[in-house]
Amino acid sequence: MSNFLCNSSIGKKLVMSISGCFLVLFLLFHMSMNIAALFSAEAYNAICGFLGANWYAVAGTLVLVAGVFVHFAYALWLTIQNRKARGQQRYAVTVTEKGVSWASKNMLVLGVIIIGGLAIHLIHFWSNMMLVELMGEHSVVIAGVEYAPTDGAGLIAFTFSKWYNVLIYVVWLAALWFHLSHGAWSMIQTVGWANDKWYPRLKCLSTLVATLICGGFALVVIFFYIKSLGCC
Amino acid sequence: MNFKLKIWRQKDAKSKGEFKTYEVTNIASDTSFLEMMDILNNDLVHKGEEPVAFDHDCREGICGMCSMHINGHAHGPETAVTTCQLYMRKFKDGETITIEPWRSAAFPVIKDLVVDRSAYDKILQAGGFISVRTGSVVDANCIPISNADAEESMDAAACVGCGACAATCKNGSAMLFVAARVSSLAKLPQGRVEGARRAKAMVAKMDELGFGNCTNTGACQAECPKSISITHIARLNREFLAAKLKD
Repeated sequence: MSNFLCNSSIGKKLVMSISGCFLVLFLLFHMSMNIAALFSAEAYNAICGFLGANWYAVAGTLVLVAGVFVHFAYALWLTIQNRKARGQQRYAVTVTEKGVSWASKNMLVLGVIIIGGLAIHLIHFWSNMMLVELMGEHSVVIAGVEYAPTDGAGLIAFTFSKWYNVLIYVVWLAALWFHLSHGAWSMIQTVGWANDKWYPRLKCLSTLVATLICGGFALVVIFFYIKSLGCC
Repeated sequence: MNFKLKIWRQKDAKSKGEFKTYEVTNIASDTSFLEMMDILNNDLVHKGEEPVAFDHDCREGICGMCSMHINGHAHGPETAVTTCQLYMRKFKDGETITIEPWRSAAFPVIKDLVVDRSAYDKILQAGGFISVRTGSVVDANCIPISNADAEESMDAAACVGCGACAATCKNGSAMLFVAARVSSLAKLPQGRVEGARRAKAMVAKMDELGFGNCTNTGACQAECPKSISITHIARLNREFLAAKLKD
């Protein structure tokens, strides 16, 4: 078995597949958690309290960081190799081949947008929640208002009352949708569980998973923006 | 029919190439693409110019020698045909046709439209064979093989090794070629025995030769003149990973 995860093309793709699968499962969990904020601020804050600076939540966060790091580092590694394999001289005329999705050819670009969005998201929420608790603080002041580190609902309401944040998150989620629409079925193909009969089904499931995750997140963003306008 | 041809000309592997434009006239619509190239070369020879070098052999779509990237497509815009089976009626009269060699680091240009595809031979030599003689054609049903397996093996065996997959892939990946070879043998009892060794050896050689990594775009199967499916890539992944996990 040795180190085929590092020195073979299929091994490296397996790492991408497994880390990608882990991140998809996390996104499903995170989206489900966010939906609670639509119904009850208390329920959402209870989840935030549960996932605060507790040892299991910190450990989970570290595993998540490792997952993102491995997925992105391998993506860069594979892309560098792929560009080298493509060669210096490129075609003068290029076309989009039949049945080839735009997302499948732009996964790294989409990934970079997602990482950028993630950085903004961590500044908006993680740095005002878990990090505050880890630093031994009990509150954080944002725009003159004091928030408890477990007041996720309050932070959501504040963050998505700003139109520019809504715009950033919608662009981020759109990039995530395209990334998942190719990535979700691709991870099944990489481990070898796909075939001609299942491609249409897997691609349909991919689109569904991408829509469920991104739609769920976007729903919370838009709901709180509309709420901030005093419409509901 | 008349055409303007924008063709990549390159004196040899070390020279810098460039596009040159030629005009061909009075081409019958039923002329094949390679015959049109022959007519162009005939004109060039009569003018005392160097003819365009391009690969060709059987001219019936089974040898895998012809190549050419035509108007952005490997083997031209027609689906599931090699360049030799592409006819000029598929183009518009007066159209400008851009003809390029395969572009992939593993397929360096030798001259004009001819590239060195020996990397594929090296991958085959690494494991694309059965080590023992299996004899001539056996009596029907002596070795039971299901119809589905036989069909799938034959579908994979249709690969002519032309290089269109790696030339089309944005990553320069040879996975479809390797997958077709591994799959065609893995689906038959004679080839099954060495399945694990074959998958590992061919993938190792493919990686060593500098081909890229598959990102499942599916561009290879769309441009493959033999319509080899990426379902074979899934099988190669399965074969390789199972073999590695057993090591």
